[in-house]
Amino acid sequence: MTATSEFTLAELLIVAACEAWRGNGEVIASGLGVIPRLGASLAKLTHSPELLMTDSEAFLVEEPVPLGPRGDYVPRYSGYLSFERVFECVWGGRRHAMIGPTQIDRWGQTNLSCIGDYQKPKVAMLGVRGLPGNSINHINSFFVPSHNTRAFVAGEVDMVSGVGFKPERWEEGMRRDLMDIRLIVTDLCVMDFGGPDRAVQVRSLHPGVSFEEVQEKTGFPLLKAADLKQTVAPTPEQLALIRRLDPHDYRASALKGNPPGIRQA
Amino acid sequence: MNKQMTAADVVGQLRDGMTIGFGGWGPRRKPMAIVREILRSDVKDLTVVAYGGPEVGMLCAAGKVKKLIFGFATLDAIPLEAYFRKAREAGELELMELDEGMLQWGLRAAGMRLPFLPTRCGLATDVSRLNPEIKQVQSPYADGEVLLAMPALNLDIAFLHVNVADRLGNTLVTGPDPYFDHLYARAAKQCFVSCERIEERLNLDAAQARFNTFERYLVSGVVHAPFGAHPTSCPSDYGWDLSHLKRYSASAAEEGGWDSYVAEFVTPGESAYQASNGGADRLSALPLPVF
Repeated sequence: MTATSEFTLAELLIVAACEAWRGNGEVIASGLGVIPRLGASLAKLTHSPELLMTDSEAFLVEEPVPLGPRGDYVPRYSGYLSFERVFECVWGGRRHAMIGPTQIDRWGQTNLSCIGDYQKPKVAMLGVRGLPGNSINHINSFFVPSHNTRAFVAGEVDMVSGVGFKPERWEEGMRRDLMDIRLIVTDLCVMDFGGPDRAVQVRSLHPGVSFEEVQEKTGFPLLKAADLKQTVAPTPEQLALIRRLDPHDYRASALKGNPPGIRQA
Repeated sequence: MNKQMTAADVVGQLRDGMTIGFGGWGPRRKPMAIVREILRSDVKDLTVVAYGGPEVGMLCAAGKVKKLIFGFATLDAIPLEAYFRKAREAGELELMELDEGMLQWGLRAAGMRLPFLPTRCGLATDVSRLNPEIKQVQSPYADGEVLLAMPALNLDIAFLHVNVADRLGNTLVTGPDPYFDHLYARAAKQCFVSCERIEERLNLDAAQARFNTFERYLVSGVVHAPFGAHPTSCPSDYGWDLSHLKRYSASAAEEGGWDSYVAEFVTPGESAYQASNGGADRLSALPLPVF
């Protein structure tokens, strides 16, 4: 049993998230939040060294910067990527971002603006931020730390901030071919939009999670991928890299209760 | 030529109903000394254009905002801006909620004296549905693509905070990111810049001169305001003041919280403000955030 308890759920999700950037080529890998950022960093250090990354501020780095206070570590820069250049990159499509929207619907539309009526919302959140532009211009993936029907809503999201695959939202003459949505990594499973007409399907379940539980906690019907698997556990090499990238163990606070990678019955 | 003014002179240029823009980004390099001076004035019914931080929350709390043109409002380390949230949830604000890139495009169009700039950003989302005044255009070329025509965001006044300025209106932004201050300067009829340090005339080597991000002909006035971005950050001089931001945020949940905040930090003026935040020693030592 020792081998099965040697990684946390957060570490499993970092490894699952890291797969989003495989084979993307020379694009900016933007992981927003602890787990997506560690996923992107791990991708660059393992299967996809061609990825471009920043120090999460304004400089490009070839060595992913560890999270938090740096001690003796001094980042070395390979270039510059101010906010203005990020937009230029976005509009040119050379980016794959993994973001954590508050709501996601069956069409991959996302919401970061508000919950409830737009004019007088129940909860006002950040605002749409860069979601409209990011979603229509480059590849996106999603990270959801708590898989439930508040995140994966039954109808459309309350305020469509990021575009998705709902045909009625697109008018004739608009280009839809520049956008794509790849993975949805949650605390229960990994999903994608690989079903018929880009329906959401479950690709892998985390150890100890059933498809039925995922369905029950999702506001819309899910499909099972033809080759539905168990999410692959981190290797010792990956865990060593994660520890190096996250020396202050921020990942331990990324999921409520920091559960183990293999769910205890 | 001497463009130096006081913050009160600058705010004296404001009129009810004006459209004003703030440089910076979220809790970064906001012209807060000028914002506090606006809070001390009786100007109202403003249309505020910003990548919003505490300036948006404070002006909302003071009831000075009629309309907000924004992509977000956040303090980053505290994700939700408490006073913005309060005003938004009360249904008090007219809104033009934009993609971050659309906002930039609107400023750029204004700076280039164009009626609009085309973009794909905002299509197929509620941003276009909720803002019917933002029209679409069809490419006149063979592709015939349908695009969003982001209208120019013409500003009456832009307010910026920079590290260094001279009395001619030359400015330096020495932090790693200039954000979009140059576009605010170009989009506005008048641009007022507050600065950490003021010099008679900048006299730079080539490497230093590259920290200049817009021309002095865009600058109508310069205000010397040390720690004028506090409680937001002013890289490379000082970081944001998380303890102040927490206190400010918490006040939104207290009965009479805004009035107490104003009484403690706004009404007494800038030197009292610095003293009550630990004085120059503490303010200049606020660490830059590490990501």
